[in-house]
Amino acid sequence: MGYQLNFGWLPQYLPVLIDGIGVTIYLMAVGAVLGCLLGTVCAWTRALGPNWARPVVVAYVELIRNTPFMIQLFFIFFGLPSLGVQMSELEAATLAMIVNLGAYSCEIIRAGIQATPRGQFEAGASLAMTPFETFYHVVLIPALQRIWPALSSQIVIVMLGSAVVSQIAAQDLSYAANFIQSRNFRAFETYIVSTLIYLVLSILLRQVLAGIGWALFPKRKAAR
Amino acid sequence: MIEFTLWDILRNLLLATRWTILLSLVSFVGGGIVGLVVMFMRISANKAVATAARAYIELFQGTPLLMQLFLAFFGLALLGMTVPAWLAAGLALILWTASFLAEIWRGCVEAIAKGQWEASASLGMGRIQQLRYVILPQALRIAIPPTVGFSVQVVKGTALTSIIGFVELTKAGTAVTNATFQPFTVYGLVALIYFALCWPLSRTSQVLERKLNVAHHNH
Repeated sequence: MGYQLNFGWLPQYLPVLIDGIGVTIYLMAVGAVLGCLLGTVCAWTRALGPNWARPVVVAYVELIRNTPFMIQLFFIFFGLPSLGVQMSELEAATLAMIVNLGAYSCEIIRAGIQATPRGQFEAGASLAMTPFETFYHVVLIPALQRIWPALSSQIVIVMLGSAVVSQIAAQDLSYAANFIQSRNFRAFETYIVSTLIYLVLSILLRQVLAGIGWALFPKRKAAR
Repeated sequence: MIEFTLWDILRNLLLATRWTILLSLVSFVGGGIVGLVVMFMRISANKAVATAARAYIELFQGTPLLMQLFLAFFGLALLGMTVPAWLAAGLALILWTASFLAEIWRGCVEAIAKGQWEASASLGMGRIQQLRYVILPQALRIAIPPTVGFSVQVVKGTALTSIIGFVELTKAGTAVTNATFQPFTVYGLVALIYFALCWPLSRTSQVLERKLNVAHHNH
């Protein structure tokens, strides 16, 4: 009776899945590192940067946070070439991930920076630290420690959101799933497998981020 | 070759926006109802029920919405139904929204001080009464800003339903692009329409949060 689930195709298509996983991990890693870097620069600009640059950052953050990732992706991949900016699928996907995470991490990191008491800046200055040293040692590192859990969840959300890049034919895990189901006609089973892989990836990613947090902030007491 | 004016493009996009709004409303309301049930299960004293709710939340928050849409689309078909795109889209979005709202609301319930539970228990209230008269009214207050904030995610989430063929703003954007060959203009306009839908919600959430914080400090 009914439908028999069939996973017999799995061994044959395993290499395709593994390639897809590789691209998803690549997108996630590059997106997370460069995205957080962009977010840090933007957070600095918003909190302490020159006056003229602040509205620019606010506009960027609000625009990205209030539009779907897929539209940002389409705009970069399909829209920008008419301005003469040509990119491969993977480059466009990577750029979209960086730009997207940059806006979210900017808001998160800014929240951490704003929680720094004013006196900490003055204390840094009185120790003859340059503004950059003060920002890095006194403001940024404790701020990152404070907001690390929120930043970690955002990175996981962005990783899951990256499934959409298959729509511009970047060959990530969801692209592999689409490819396989178009060959084996076992759509449901294929998506079950790819969904489970994403689940494992997100659980692993959370563990890795918790580990990074542990290594980055050893026994430092957060300034409260 | 037909020439398309900016108004032709915008008009078609705005017509499709109705479906984005409708799907967002259905997903948000449906997700709220399911989310409430999951939240009650999650804070239940029964371990098995709480674990089931946790597994549900973990599953839907730990996998891409896109995969959930595909599974709803192809999974319902396995039950022998012809699945219209709107049904799979609505189902997946409701279940996805529920997992996030359940967890947001659980946080709000758990933010209520333990003393409130103890005080109401000492008045001889049962668990239902405690929730009904003491905990939920207070939790509701702090739940409003993050709930409004999450509605932005729901609106943006509806964009993915274009992939399984539901015709809303994003799908219309793709169709109009294919007709006009002006991706820069069309996707720019699509982004602005999404922004016009989402930004007021984001702002409302922020303003409510600030108001609530002020009230909080006055205590």
